[in-house]
Amino acid sequence: MTVAVNVGILDTEVLARVNGAPLTAFPDDLYIPPEALAVYLGAFEGPLDLLLYLIRKHHLDVLDIPMARLTAQYMEYVNLMRKSQLELAAEYLLMAALLIEIKSRMLLPRPAAIDDDEADLDPRATLVRRLLEYEQMKLAAQQIDALPRLGRDFLTAHSWREQAVRLLPQVGSNDLRDAWLGLVARAGTRRHHQVTQQVLSVREAMGQILNTLQGDLFMEFTCLFEAELGVSHVVVKFLAMLELAREHRVEITQNMAFAPIYVRLAWVDVSVS
Amino acid sequence: MNISELKNILEVMLFAHGEPLTISEMRAALTGDLSAELIYRALNELRADWENKGLALVVVADGWRFQTRAEYQTYLQRLSPERPPKYSRAVMETLAVIAYKQPVTRGDIEEIRGVTVNTQIIKTLEQREWIKTVGHREVPGRPALYVTTPQFLSDLNLRALAELPPLAELGQLVAPNPYTLDLELSSDAAE
Repeated sequence: MTVAVNVGILDTEVLARVNGAPLTAFPDDLYIPPEALAVYLGAFEGPLDLLLYLIRKHHLDVLDIPMARLTAQYMEYVNLMRKSQLELAAEYLLMAALLIEIKSRMLLPRPAAIDDDEADLDPRATLVRRLLEYEQMKLAAQQIDALPRLGRDFLTAHSWREQAVRLLPQVGSNDLRDAWLGLVARAGTRRHHQVTQQVLSVREAMGQILNTLQGDLFMEFTCLFEAELGVSHVVVKFLAMLELAREHRVEITQNMAFAPIYVRLAWVDVSVS
Repeated sequence: MNISELKNILEVMLFAHGEPLTISEMRAALTGDLSAELIYRALNELRADWENKGLALVVVADGWRFQTRAEYQTYLQRLSPERPPKYSRAVMETLAVIAYKQPVTRGDIEEIRGVTVNTQIIKTLEQREWIKTVGHREVPGRPALYVTTPQFLSDLNLRALAELPPLAELGQLVAPNPYTLDLELSSDAAE
């Protein structure tokens, strides 16, 4: 007989194929020899689960576990596991050691009681408590699994709404007008304009100064400048003034510091010029 | 605003918002400073209006929401070929221990289940946002303490932990019970 077990079962209902025929359910009275059980060992959630299975399967009394029988059966499975799934065995081996320890302590005569509570304690009590606590959680897990669950048994209901909606800024016609007006206003200040260099002649300025000085004998220095014509005019006039002074064409006098500066034509030897 | 107008507004909010809404959230979005009692009354009327429909208005841990009725799930499943994955027994047992014994450490879970807790199991539950860490137990190693989230309750249609199925009495478990052969190979393949 060939038995192929479908390991990756998720959707298919076929549990195994016996001689090629699909097996969709375990027969109710299926006797599972330990050798065949090797393939199911992965289904146990640890040693407590396996022990519970053995106890319930053989209708053993949890409060009075026949330790020898249970330990023997347990060891059968563990030995199988050691052959096939060695990495699983550690926890199971620990439990095997515990079972054997309990069994041996039950064989030994009880030590004289120091503490009454301790003396009355059955060596199996802790194991029984753990088994029952585990079974309690195991049943609870099944109940939770049976509760209706979002995504599996029902879905939340929504009306369709654009989920990717981004909040966009609101724009009115007034905003548009203000933006346009702002643009126009800025255009005035930022308009292109050509910068042309004004050609100012120092010679010409010198002539102007001499002309101005022609009538009056003395003129106040500041009166020779026309500030409203701009910085370049003032600078050129000043350079012209310096030039005239260098050529001794004008005389510049100041009586004391910060006093008004006066300018007049220098005495010119007519005969020479 | 009359009550039927209020019901319409609540209905629109619940359908369009996409998340469960609490009464205070809905109240903040409403005008006219309505009392929470009035909104609660309107919601209950709305729930009654939807009584015999395919959708139901329910209240869960995260608030009020509309959801499909479980009996129609098969039709929805046929619409979308992708089937929701099953959680393995290991995942469900770990979840049960956290739900009933919270806050618990990995050590507590291992003590009860008798096996080491696979990190992947914790990750699976954290990614589903069903459990979260709330701190650390002040013992050597400072292990993380896990609790379940409100979303866990909401996803299971519950309002509070008290609504979880009651645990079987330990005394009841003592009696030998007919034990079904629940090898559940198929459920374990999904882990």
